[in-house]
Amino acid sequence: MTPPPTSTPPPVGAVRPYTVIVGLEVHVQLATHTKLFCRCPVKFGAPPNTQTCPVCIGLPGALPVLNETAYYLSVVTALALNCEIPAYTKWDRKNYYYPDLPKGYQISQFDLPMSCNGWLDLSDAQGRCSNRRIRIIRAHLEEDAGKSMHDEIAGRADTRIDLNRTGTPLLEIVSQPDLRSSAEAKAYLTELKLLLTYLGVSDCNMQEGSLRVDANVNLHIPVGSGTPEEIIETPIVEIKNMNSFRAVERALDFEVDRQYREWQATGKQKGEMPKQTRGWDDIHEVTKPQRSKEESSDYRYFPDPDLVPVTTTTDQLEAIRSTLKELPAALRLRLITDYGVTPYDADVIVNQGRTLADYFLAVADQCGDGKQACNWVTQEVLRSMKEGNLTIESFPIPSLELGRLIQSVQAGKLPRSRAKEVFGVMLEQILDLDTTLSRLGIQAVDSGALTDLGRELLAANPKVVADVQAGKEQAIGALVGQAKKSNPNVDPGVMRQILLDLIRQSAG
Amino acid sequence: MKIEPADVSKVALLARLDLSAEEMQAMAAHLSGIVGYVQQLQEIDTSGVEPMAHAIELRNVMAKDVVAASLSRDAALSNAPRHDGEYYLVPAVLGE
Ligand SMILES: [Zn+2]
Repeated sequence: MTPPPTSTPPPVGAVRPYTVIVGLEVHVQLATHTKLFCRCPVKFGAPPNTQTCPVCIGLPGALPVLNETAYYLSVVTALALNCEIPAYTKWDRKNYYYPDLPKGYQISQFDLPMSCNGWLDLSDAQGRCSNRRIRIIRAHLEEDAGKSMHDEIAGRADTRIDLNRTGTPLLEIVSQPDLRSSAEAKAYLTELKLLLTYLGVSDCNMQEGSLRVDANVNLHIPVGSGTPEEIIETPIVEIKNMNSFRAVERALDFEVDRQYREWQATGKQKGEMPKQTRGWDDIHEVTKPQRSKEESSDYRYFPDPDLVPVTTTTDQLEAIRSTLKELPAALRLRLITDYGVTPYDADVIVNQGRTLADYFLAVADQCGDGKQACNWVTQEVLRSMKEGNLTIESFPIPSLELGRLIQSVQAGKLPRSRAKEVFGVMLEQILDLDTTLSRLGIQAVDSGALTDLGRELLAANPKVVADVQAGKEQAIGALVGQAKKSNPNVDPGVMRQILLDLIRQSAG
Repeated sequence: MKIEPADVSKVALLARLDLSAEEMQAMAAHLSGIVGYVQQLQEIDTSGVEPMAHAIELRNVMAKDVVAASLSRDAALSNAPRHDGEYYLVPAVLGE
């Protein structure tokens, strides 16, 4: 049963009469010092045209040589994305004319990319999407182009070109069209970025262009009432110019509605018009058609004769695989199984980045209690970071001191009721645990002293003892209050337990 | 193989060349000659032969990721038809 097309799009949150099909192309700048095929630096923000050489600006006779580190980082990433790494890969020229591409071609990889057929798993502990395995078609290396600037406000007739970025190493990661919503697209990007930063292969800074996203989107619309249902596919649109994950989400939402309306109005299907490129306008929150760089996108790829192929042996791959850093998914699992953290909290900790995860691990290892460490890190530490606009790198309480604080509570040296106060002082006055405890006059009350105090109180209050023995356990509260009055270091929870134990012993 | 003026027109567009009608005709003849010459290779039976991506047997030529000197900006810009001392200047590119 298929609802007929209607003149208005379904309200947000309603069941939509179509399936959203999204594939993402992510370009990530690899964390090298130099460019992909020459040794010019890739430092961001350098004065224009000060980081170029005959190779990257395409002067005749210059010879490109592959950056060893860029290749290594691409293999590391591809392995982490479960890709196959063919034994043989080569370089191709992608030909097009544009002022920011001085050679007239981009060195890329066409038919024999350095990796293919991988996947990235999305988990749903925080309820952002369902558990999904998103397949990766390929990841390949290519060089970046320069930057064009057109200053329309000043009314300049010229476009200015800065070629510093030309030749910067990029890894293009292409997903299958496996994503089914804008939320899934965002979840994929978030997990991919997290994986890349855990690996240390890129800083993934979107503001500086280290991570760029293009999206291919269309709709599958079931029509008619036959079984199996007939599916109509709308024309695929590529969306560019999305400068944040939030922009990706909004651009996809806009484009999905636009395509559905367009299909209702025109009935145009995939194959009936050429693939369209649209740019996301962040201010007006719409996608607009872009004039394509090439009237027909005929890049006339051919093997680059200046660069020799690269071969990789299984032994080399296994050697690299053995040095792979722990991936976010594996760390989440470790927090759950080895530290007793809930899947939700494991997600919260791991998604904050490797440094916060390491902080948690150090706290937990120091105090020996993963759950307590998790409570403190996900509540007090994250809240304090947010309130004080702090990063974990600049957080004033070292992990070992927080671990010792938790230990002190567990050992009864620090009343649980005063632990947050101690944490607050350590944070604000940047003090270690011992100094804070002595400044606050918090001294360890050993259990012998507590037991003596308990005996005194019980002896002096036979009515309370009688009430408790008669089943009114809450009567003990009055004695806990007296204990705290006589010694502010008494932990109410511990005191209460000692008093109850003493009454039980006397009864037994 | 015969190269038609329509083929030349497409290649000229991709290469950003503005050719007159006579030049199109001449180019079509020249290109037909070149492609026809290379086409003789089609007579060879290549079944069972691995496609060759490179004529040289070398593999894995790589350089360390260590910064070397770039060109000075003045030197880099000196070959450009137009520049403002900081940037290359080109005719306005619209529809970025
Ligand atoms: Zn260079």
